[in-house]
Amino acid sequence: MKKHHAKKLFSSSLLALAIACSALNAQAKDTVKIAFVGPLTGGNSAVGIGGRNSTDLAVKLANENPKNKYHYELVVLDDECKPNIGVQVVTKIASDKSIIGSVSHYCSAVAMSALDIYKKFGLPMITWGTVLPDITYGQKIAEIHRVNGTMVNQNEVAAEFMTKLGYKTWAILHDTTDYGKGHNKYFSEYLTKDGGKILGTFGVTADQQDFTAELTKVKELNPEVVYFGGLTPIGVRIRAQMERLGLKAQFEGTSGIRSDSYIESLGNDLAEGTLTFNEGAPLEKMPKGEEFKAAYARYGYDQPYEAYGPFAFAAADLIIQAIEKVGPNRKEVTDELARTRDVDTLVGRVTFDDHGQNIIPLITKYVVQDGKWVIWEESDYGTGKRKLKGL
Amino acid sequence: MSLDIFSQYLINCLMLGMIYAMVAVGFTLFFGVLDVIQFAHGDVLMAGGFGALVAYAATQAVGIANSWVQLLLMVVSTTVMTAALGALVARFLVLPLRNAPPLNTLLITLMMGMVLREAVRLVYPNGSNPQPFPSLLPHDAWRVGGLDLRVDSLILLVVGLLLIAGLHLLITRSKLGLAIRAVAQDGETARVMGINFNRIVLLTFGLGSAMGALGGVMRGLYYTEITFDVGLLLGVIGFAAAILGGLGNLYGAILGGFLFAVLQAIGAVALPVLLPDFPSAYKDVFAFTVVIVLIGWKPTGLIAEKTSERV
Repeated sequence: MKKHHAKKLFSSSLLALAIACSALNAQAKDTVKIAFVGPLTGGNSAVGIGGRNSTDLAVKLANENPKNKYHYELVVLDDECKPNIGVQVVTKIASDKSIIGSVSHYCSAVAMSALDIYKKFGLPMITWGTVLPDITYGQKIAEIHRVNGTMVNQNEVAAEFMTKLGYKTWAILHDTTDYGKGHNKYFSEYLTKDGGKILGTFGVTADQQDFTAELTKVKELNPEVVYFGGLTPIGVRIRAQMERLGLKAQFEGTSGIRSDSYIESLGNDLAEGTLTFNEGAPLEKMPKGEEFKAAYARYGYDQPYEAYGPFAFAAADLIIQAIEKVGPNRKEVTDELARTRDVDTLVGRVTFDDHGQNIIPLITKYVVQDGKWVIWEESDYGTGKRKLKGL
Repeated sequence: MSLDIFSQYLINCLMLGMIYAMVAVGFTLFFGVLDVIQFAHGDVLMAGGFGALVAYAATQAVGIANSWVQLLLMVVSTTVMTAALGALVARFLVLPLRNAPPLNTLLITLMMGMVLREAVRLVYPNGSNPQPFPSLLPHDAWRVGGLDLRVDSLILLVVGLLLIAGLHLLITRSKLGLAIRAVAQDGETARVMGINFNRIVLLTFGLGSAMGALGGVMRGLYYTEITFDVGLLLGVIGFAAAILGGLGNLYGAILGGFLFAVLQAIGAVALPVLLPDFPSAYKDVFAFTVVIVLIGWKPTGLIAEKTSERV
């Protein structure tokens, strides 16, 4: 009994010592704050939470690294994918001088409305999921960077790929935010250039639930492909309602619907054959991909990192690397990020051009096969074993 | 436009109008008996849909495979649950505020709606995303020309019409309906006549919420998905439909619901054809504008109550 007691005492004092040591260790390093902003509530929160978890992981891994000079703390804010909320939360982090950099925004419309705040307060940000070109190319703001590609590249590849498959006629649905309108604009532009014919274009609102009127009109037009420029929640509804109306066209989305939730919400049968186009190489193909997956699993996040988690991770990593190099100073970090050339990250090499845009030529094509997003070239569709609709 | 495509539009409008009407009926019942606007009604409908999903999961867990039995259990359990929820809202939020300014009731139910919405989002696993709703009705389709007539759409349509007709009979022919109408006309006098006022109010809220829940299940079966925030827009549209028809009038609510669906379809399809520069995205702008004009023209609604209500 006594022996047991002594053992307990010993182990608990050891534990106390360990805690004291680690506290000492943490104290020895200055704490630097970085922020994460994304949609954590509302229809797009699945992707937002994936991004948040991935950013959190980058911060935790940085804190695990004994070589790092600073201890990092993550400040998480929810922009709800709404521009008015985005402006509020960005003002909040920008006016907090202890925050040195921000991993910001999945929704392009939110980023657009908040750009000037980053500029005004000199807060360097890297956007991890927005694809509207104007965010980086609309004006030249030193503080704004983007790790992922833009919708221009994505739609150029999409239009060329689809016309080469032999499709000739399209109906376009898009949401009426900057995001959806951008997709419509670039896809229509490239599609017309590649010889595709657009039979009808329909704008839909971001909270619309019933699409039967638009889709019945589409049915009347009888296109070979229905293209949708928008995000997962509406993508799910449109695909489900196409089925109800007996619309047999091929369904083609954009990076906005490439989430696990798209397939979960629709079920494997309805999701089967849906196409999307994403910037960057798939995680499995990246040298650090397996490492990321293992670390993500180790920390036990209960929701998946989704399609844009790796970009958020890479963005956080770039900010942390810059702070390690030049210290916690917004101006210096902004200058350091501008010098990013061929840096190895989770999503491949990153080079920011003079607008802060990462120049990745690579676009990956995905198709849903048996309830999973499969890279086109590796899918049964790519190898010819299965056929898309109407081919 | 060919006849088959036109029929397709007609079915779409009927289905959508039915769902709107079922929400609007709730608004109008609540306003009728208590002169209050229960703004959480859209979210009560959503809760009904999610209640059905939970019941579905439960039937699967105990190994019931027959889809008709599953559907029956879903409908019964969610109707009971949502009726109880509606009665609770009436008992603890609406009735205590009877003598307070009506604005208070409106605000408190608005907040209740938000509580319901966020609670479902947070509590339901992966609740932020659209949830697949099991399509339990047979989905064979008859192809008539370009029209795909699905059996489940037809069943939903018929069931919806039967429900509305049933509610009508309940209100006009039954003793309970008589009591509801009496309370609606004059609460004080009804009380003097020996009607238990509080009980009738609770029953009416239960009844209206149960209609909402059935609307939620029908919506789920029709669209095969449900999201935590569907109640928001449905609530606004249902309320607009109830006002348009004449708040407090059952037929008005039904008429308003169908009218709104038709307006949306015209805005989405007919106008872009007539005016090439009119994008279909303006369908809600168009529908609500027409509603504003109609309400301006007939402030008490298309089917006004015989005696003017103080609002």
